Amino acid sequence: MSTATTELPEIPVESRLNYLNANYGIKSWLLTTDHKRIALLYLVSITLMFIVGGVAATMMRIHLIEPQGALVEPETYNRLFSIHGIVMVFFFLVPSIPATLGNFLIPMMIGARDVAFPKLNLMSWYIYIIGASLTLYAAISGGVDTGWTFYTPFSSSYSHSAVIPVALGVFIAGFSSILTGLNFIVTIHKMRAPGMTWFRLPLFIWAMYATSIIFILGTPVIAITLFLLGLERLLHVGIFDPAVGGDPLLFQHLFWFYSHPAVYIMILPGMGVISELITAFSRKRIFGYSVVAFSSMSIAVISFLVWGHHMFVTGQSVYAGLVFSVLSFLVAIPSAVKVFNWTATLYKGSISYQAPMLYALGFIGLFTMGGLTGLFLASLATDVHLNGTYFVVAHFHYIMVGGAVMAYMGGLHFWWPKITGRLYPDAWARFSAFVIFIGFNLTFFPQFVLGYLGMPRRYAVYPPEFQVLNVMSSAGASILAVGYVIPLIYFIWSIRYGPLAGPNPWGAKGLEWQTPSPPPTENFEEIPIVTEEAYNYPQLPEVARG
Amino acid sequence: MTVHAVHGEHPPGFAHQFEEVEQQREAVNLGMWLFLATEIMFFGGLFMGYIVYRSHFPGAFDDGSHLLNIKFGSTNTAVLIASSLTMALAIHSAQVGKKKPQILFLILTMILGALFLFLKFNFEWRADYHEHLIPGFGFRGDPHVQMFFCFYFFMTGLHALHMIVGIGILIVLTIMAARGRFNEHYYAPLENTGLYWHFVDIIWIFLFPLLYLAGGRYPIPGVTH
Amino acid sequence: MSGHVVPVKIYVAVFVSLIFLTALTTAVAYVDMGKFNLVAALAIAVAKMLLVILFFMHVKYSPTLTKVVIVAAFVWLGIMVTLTLSDELTRNWGVKVTGWSMILPHLRGLF
Repeated sequence: MSTATTELPEIPVESRLNYLNANYGIKSWLLTTDHKRIALLYLVSITLMFIVGGVAATMMRIHLIEPQGALVEPETYNRLFSIHGIVMVFFFLVPSIPATLGNFLIPMMIGARDVAFPKLNLMSWYIYIIGASLTLYAAISGGVDTGWTFYTPFSSSYSHSAVIPVALGVFIAGFSSILTGLNFIVTIHKMRAPGMTWFRLPLFIWAMYATSIIFILGTPVIAITLFLLGLERLLHVGIFDPAVGGDPLLFQHLFWFYSHPAVYIMILPGMGVISELITAFSRKRIFGYSVVAFSSMSIAVISFLVWGHHMFVTGQSVYAGLVFSVLSFLVAIPSAVKVFNWTATLYKGSISYQAPMLYALGFIGLFTMGGLTGLFLASLATDVHLNGTYFVVAHFHYIMVGGAVMAYMGGLHFWWPKITGRLYPDAWARFSAFVIFIGFNLTFFPQFVLGYLGMPRRYAVYPPEFQVLNVMSSAGASILAVGYVIPLIYFIWSIRYGPLAGPNPWGAKGLEWQTPSPPPTENFEEIPIVTEEAYNYPQLPEVARG
Repeated sequence: MTVHAVHGEHPPGFAHQFEEVEQQREAVNLGMWLFLATEIMFFGGLFMGYIVYRSHFPGAFDDGSHLLNIKFGSTNTAVLIASSLTMALAIHSAQVGKKKPQILFLILTMILGALFLFLKFNFEWRADYHEHLIPGFGFRGDPHVQMFFCFYFFMTGLHALHMIVGIGILIVLTIMAARGRFNEHYYAPLENTGLYWHFVDIIWIFLFPLLYLAGGRYPIPGVTH
Repeated sequence: MSGHVVPVKIYVAVFVSLIFLTALTTAVAYVDMGKFNLVAALAIAVAKMLLVILFFMHVKYSPTLTKVVIVAAFVWLGIMVTLTLSDELTRNWGVKVTGWSMILPHLRGLF
């Protein structure tokens, strides 16, 4: 590692050859096959989409300050919540950790030079960009008012909005996911370094493997579903139209067959990140490695068995409802197991509270709250009252924002030094973690109460007695927004002005930390030979006794 | 443990993210099978819809089945099966290092695939159009029978689209084969295209009975064909 | 898969079997067997599929992982069909009013 020698000695410059400076010019980025550069391409794209989804949310929360709506017409409000959901689910959360951290880290963590199919990897990004561009274009031309769930027959027969372009954008983006999942599964099976047995893999890899299974088996179903929706709208043929014998619930079955496992696509990688963060910042082995690994696989499998819990009140048979309810309780078990194991890992660990750890600890608490509230929704009787209310909205935001996004932030903060070779200012990072935590809870906890009290979701107006809670929620949202802007600033600042990081600033275990920061294009000079278990931190004497 | 071969010793098509040739072959094969798994789920959604509506409207769906042309359906099934044979033989020829039979069998496969499409589009679908059986294009008849024909056209249409893509890939492969790219050491593109082609054949193996034969075709008084 | 060369005569035998099964399934459709027509047609289709998968697609000679992927895809398809039908086919099932559900409404009046 060297520093600049001539004009500005205060600004450190990484002059050693690495994947960032190996080639210059826009073509070297747009035609790259290096998984690390592709990860950065995704990072930029999904950050842009997050901002788009965030703007929609901001407008919604401003609007909801007043019971009769403060900002937009009800028609517009419908389009706002629709585009917020579509962008956040399909173009931010689903690709977030897999396409950025997954792409960057999987080859490094397993000791490979790249993924199995690097060109396919680049193609995945281009497919994502095409889908995102089409959806954004459709959004600007008015978007859709169907919700991200596109329920029929409204979406197929009655909505006068850009259903087909938006559905097409999502359809296209689905293929990006499928190819990424395919790449990851083959990479993990076939490209592990010598000695890297399945049970020596970091748990992040297990989580990504489980996520990739869901990508492969679930995504094609939403693709064909949106295809059918498009055909019905185009040809007016009534596949989902009750007037001609069609079944709107068939659409819902096909839609949720993917979209429920999709929520596990969104959380499993986050759980993988948390396993890495908890171990690194407790300097301790994970408690129950194989149990955590198997829980990721169980979640992937059971996630496909529960989709009907979204349809308890839409006309599904109560017998199917019973089956789905029981299975939904079952899927909570492996998630709970992980929380127990992370907590047990913390016990008697040597804990430090840098920003990544703050995000990890926040995750454990908020994900647990989100997960427990899911049980009220899984239970048939209570779901009758809670479905379609803000309780559901709060539940999934606790998991997606309090869980997945915090895990994503924690992961970005943890691996940022590896990705960029720079350190960000930890004081600002910790401060913004707190701001996010407070802003998040102020935004979404009142929504549990609102839902319990009966305020429906997706409504542009509400009874005046709910105003205080809504104003609290909107105030929280403004704080949360600030919390997200601060890291954007210091991350960009750090790329140029941050201190050089060195190969392993956290002293963490894992093959990725054995390389320079930023790593060379080929990752490793020599493919490593693995002899250690994962998280092989030295045991403290107290731990060995206790 | 890993063999770092000297650059230049690798056969054509070796990609350098891999350490060994066999590793690449296995990886590409696994990748192809995973892709086919996604195709199973993709077509699966259509099969799901078909199953649901057949269970709701058995009579109308039987009527729909009887309006299909079983002669063309069964002939086309045989044509596709033959094309799978020729595809397998093309790969076999490469495996034993014979170039001319490779090209011959690839061309035969394409001809049979094109024949399938010709019989379907020019005879079956053209007749369906004239008989007002294409939903969205002047369909006349019972709405539940229209539902049958929605799925008939969606499923066979998606299948035909896959055939067209397959033929496109085969054209490229035939050119490569003519240039001598494939032999007993390297035939992975043929192998993996073969998997795709056989898969499309299997889809038809299920479409034919489910669409044409499911309700039985024993003559029913009052219904012609 | 790699390296294993299947003899031509096996391919031809598979082809002949497939043609025979196609003829069989077409012929059987002209025999009135009621509900069993569908079962027969599907059984024959499954047999044809297995021949194509095992021999034309070389799965008989492929690694276990390949077989796992194929089985998994069909199992998942089965999950989708089974659980969806668990709703679609049971919507019209009634609830039998017997036992406690007869008594409970009366008990409520006591409290």
